[in-house]
This record gives sequence, C-alpha cells and structure tokens, in this order.
Amino acid sequence: MSVATRRFFPEGPSGGVRRELKRGTQFGDGAPPFVNERAPIRVGIVGAGKMGLSHFAIANGLPGASVVAVCDTSRYVRSVLRKYAGVQTYGEADEIVTDAQVDCLIVATPTSTHFAVAKQALQRGLHVFVEKPLTLSPAESRSLADLALERKRINQVGFHNRFIGTFQEARRLIRAGALGTPSNVHGSAFGQVVVKEQSSTWRSKKSEGGGCLHDYACHVVNLMDFLVGSPARVSGARMQRIFSTDVEDAVSAVFDYGTMTGILETNWSDDTVRKMSTTVTVHGSQGKLVVDRQELKLFLRDGCAFESYAEGWTSRYITELQKPVPFYLRGEEYSAQLEAFFQAIRTGDMGHENSFASSYETDRVLDLIKRADSLVN
Amino acid sequence: MSEEKARQQLIRFKDSRAILEVLDLAYDLGIRTFMCTTHDRIGEVADQMRAHPNRYQDFIYFPCMPYAHKYANSVSQVGIIETIQRFSTGGVLSTLFRGAMGALTRDIYALMKLLVDAEMKRFDGLRTPVIFVQNVVTDLLLGMKLYPVFAQFDRYIRERYQAEAGFITMNLPLLLEVLEEVGVENPIVCANINKIGFRMCGGVDAYRQALRTRKCRAIAMSVLASGAIPPREAIEWVCGLEGLHSIVFGASSAGNIRQTQELIERFWGPRSAPATLPATAAS
Repeated sequence: MSVATRRFFPEGPSGGVRRELKRGTQFGDGAPPFVNERAPIRVGIVGAGKMGLSHFAIANGLPGASVVAVCDTSRYVRSVLRKYAGVQTYGEADEIVTDAQVDCLIVATPTSTHFAVAKQALQRGLHVFVEKPLTLSPAESRSLADLALERKRINQVGFHNRFIGTFQEARRLIRAGALGTPSNVHGSAFGQVVVKEQSSTWRSKKSEGGGCLHDYACHVVNLMDFLVGSPARVSGARMQRIFSTDVEDAVSAVFDYGTMTGILETNWSDDTVRKMSTTVTVHGSQGKLVVDRQELKLFLRDGCAFESYAEGWTSRYITELQKPVPFYLRGEEYSAQLEAFFQAIRTGDMGHENSFASSYETDRVLDLIKRADSLVN
Repeated sequence: MSEEKARQQLIRFKDSRAILEVLDLAYDLGIRTFMCTTHDRIGEVADQMRAHPNRYQDFIYFPCMPYAHKYANSVSQVGIIETIQRFSTGGVLSTLFRGAMGALTRDIYALMKLLVDAEMKRFDGLRTPVIFVQNVVTDLLLGMKLYPVFAQFDRYIRERYQAEAGFITMNLPLLLEVLEEVGVENPIVCANINKIGFRMCGGVDAYRQALRTRKCRAIAMSVLASGAIPPREAIEWVCGLEGLHSIVFGASSAGNIRQTQELIERFWGPRSAPATLPATAAS
C-alpha cells in the first residue's frame, strides 16, 4: 500500500518552508561547547508556579540533571526555595540569565514574557525549554526559532502530548498509511479551568497570554499538527466568552488542509470532566482512528488490516504503549519531554521533538484563528 | 481505564450515597479498611459514618492527602499565597491570629501542620490509624530533594494523631532509599506494583529488590494496571512477591469485590492481617 504523504502533510505554512531539522542533525563544527558529558546538566527554572515547580521536581529527579537556580517574582517563594531546596534564587529573569551558573533554562512564566527571557537566554548561549505556547506572536516565535538555530542551542517547547504513547502510536499509524488517505480530522479538548466568573491570575488576562486559545486550544492545534500536519488556512473560527471577562473560554475553528478538512473544538468551562480531556479523531479512506491519552481505537475497513491491527475495531491502551520513565511525577509525558531535552543537550541533536520551529507552526495557526474570529466579531 | 469509563465512574460516584453503597458491600464482605483521598465528598461519607456508629464501628479510614486537584486548581487560579490562606484551618483570620502569616509559612513544617490539620478535620472522631501523603506530593518532595519533610510529616502524624504516616509514590525504590536516609524506620509505603511494570519507576526488578532488601510495609496498588492484566494473572503474580504486605484495590460492585478478595485469599492463603494493615482495603 502506498500513501502520498506529501499531499496531506504540507511542507509549511502559506508557501513557507519548515525550519524543523531531522532527528540526528548535529551542531557541526564551530558550535559552542556542550556540557561536560560526565557532569550533571545544571538547570535554572524561571517562574516557580505550578508548572515551574513540577519541572523543578522532574528535572531534579531525572538522572544526569540538577536544578541549581530558580527565578520568581514572589519573595516568599524565593525564601522558601533558598532555605529548603538549597538553590540560588533570583527576583528578575535577566539576573538568572546573566548571573546563574547554568547550562539551560526552563521558562515557565506567563506567555507574554517568554520572548524576552528566551531571547536573552539564547543570546547568552543557554539551551532553553519554554512552556507552551512559545510566544503570543508568530513573528516572535519565528525569530526565536531562527536565533536558536543560529546560536546552535537546543530549543524545546512544553507540548507534552507528543510524548504520550497513544498519540505517538497514532502518528506512526497515520504516517505509515494505515488509514489510507485522511479526509477529516477532529480535535477537541474540554476541562474545568474556568467554571465561574473570576479574574485573578494571568490566565484570565489577554495581555499576558491567558485565555482558552493560548492556554488550551494550543495543545490541540499542536497535537493535530503532530498527527496530520498543519493546515494551510483557517476557514472560520469563533472565540466565545462564557464566564471570563477579558478572555475567551471556548474556541471553535474549521481548518483547510487542501485535501483534508479539520474541526477544532475546545472549551475550558466544562465541569463534566475532572481534568483536561483531549481527543483526536481522524477519518481516512481505509478506516478511522480515535485517540486520547488513555486509549487508541482503530477501525479498519474490510481488506485493510494493517500490521497487528485487524479489520474492524482494535483498542490499545496507554499501559501497553507508554515507554517507562526513570522518574515519575504527574504523567510519563512530563518526564519524557525533559528527558528528551537533556538528551538533546548531551548529544547535540538539533532534530529533537517540539523545537521552536515546530511550535512556530502552532503559533501561526493560533494567529489565523484569531484573525478568522475577528472577521466574525 | 478508558476516559469514557472514568467519566461514567465520575457520574456514578458524584453522589456520596453511591460511595456509601459500595462501602456497605465491602463491609459486608469483611473488608474493614477504606483508603480514600480527602475529596470534599469524603466529608459527606464521614458524616454518615459518624451518624451510624454501630453500623460502622470497625471501619478504618486511610486518608490520602491532599486531594491534589483542589490545590492545583487553586494555585492556578489565585496563586500559592492565597491558596495557603484558603485551605489552612479556619481560614486566614485564625491563621493571622495564631501568628504572623509570613513568618509562619516561611517555616514549611509549620505550614505542613496547618494543611494536615485542615485536611484531617473531616475525619474527626473516626479511626485513621494510617495517614497517607498522595503520590503527587511525595514525588514532588522527592524530586525537589526536600527529604527532611518526610521525617517531619512522620513525626507530626505520630505526635498529633497517634497514627502512622504512609507515603504513596510512583518511585518506590528511590523513596525507600531516601526514607531510610532520613530515619523513617519500617515505613508504610503504597505504590503501583503490577506484572507489566506500569508506572513502576526503576522497573520491576528494582521493585523486587527493594521489597526484598528494605525493611518496609508495602501496599500494592494498581495491581491490574488499569485493567491491562486479567485479574487472576495479576493477583497471582503480586501475591508471589517477597516482602509485600498488603493490597489495595478499587471496587465498584459486589461481584468484583468478592472476586478480588477470593483471588487474594487463594494466592496468599489465609493469613492473619496485621493490626494496622488489613490484607485488603477498598478504595
């Protein structure tokens, strides 16, 4: 069976060229030196909120890495971390970038600050891991991706779904042609982030990168890109407020991939689910695939059996598909993404998953959604 | 477990009466220990138990704290400081009354005590011989290398509640090493332990080795690995492990409680349950 993958995996946005590098692409001659292979990678954390502390524990728990410095605006958080975790602390991002003895930074601050911190860190020659989304502007994301390539520094974004075994198997199946030619893709995410009126943190402020689009829908857009490539156009979109006053709580959009159509549906004001629930369905000429973080279900039409997948429905679960990690905190994917980041730092492999360049693609689509919405409103 | 099944259970157990029904089934089958998170609905279950002391006189709770989603959502919504104020016993006014908030919370041991007391309030008057820390907190502390907190928690639970501390983890070999290092002797630990090594960091062999060589009272959870292993095969394997002390299993119907109980008794044989850790516990 042959599948014309190029037809439904467009090479890039609007005629542009993808800047992702193939796995194994090395820094080459003249690259700045890497860390000493035998010494632990020294990690700095910028932003000690929920995600920052989670990254702190995971990075420190993985073999071969050690968190030595933390930056946070809260004096209280700094004093506790200095006293009990024994790390250097900084109140300003430019201090940790210029003063701390670190090999890399993990940036977990509000999205509006990502560009300045990541740019400064790359200019200083640090490897950088940034929480998702990369920035609030495709132009800024593009310039960071270019800077990282120019400086030959490892650059990764925290789209952790790409490290979940069910989604990885779904991508493998689609790319191998198990579904034949895909015709429709549907991606959704529901969760109970904002289930009453509130306006207290950066997540509820548009100017800082809050809102369902950048905090929630970005995961689904990135995952759909991972599975079937990124759309050339956004045909229509709506960003709706339910409880929030300054940001949207639900985002819906229609994607045009050329030969394929996509639907995006997200709502973070859904209290029927306990935690974020992300599902992608792909229809193809030979079958249909439904995947979430727990389960992959594949339906194949008569005569279309593929590898160990028989005709009809086959279900496979995360228990079988997920690779183990050396330290677990809150899902293998969070550990696996940092493991991949540290591994890339050690080997100099610039073709790692979730590069700034691939995240630029997500930011580009988010921007298209905003533009399509503004045509409606 | 699929997301759909998780949704169905969420709907079913939205009402605390449904939880009580399952507890009644387990109780009537001779199971006396209930391991539970400190979710708000557990407060309602505890109210029922207090209201019917004769019916539930032998019932033992193993509270697992904190109910992490509550804190995580709050930290996302209002930040760390306000979350502490929100959940400390009696709220912020009593906390301020007891001492300067800043000075108090800069001592993380004092903060830990405040939060433990807040979580334990709903279990007033009930038997809680073991009080567990949820894996998301145990493993956060483990990763951040805040090891002395384990010893402080252990001491506080003994002194304040005349109970024993328990630690749930996904990183058992590492945790046992650290607990020994900070002087928590013969700890009660609870971890995923299953034939396929699902969420067993370090791998099955490292777990076998740790259980064999470290002095601890280990409880196996996720024995069926979210349904990936058939019950008989799963329980036969886990009952064959040297050094395992107890098994905790999820229960939703009389049929599956009875089946699991029979399998454990078949493969473990009749054994006298230790005083504080029955051979089976329903969660």
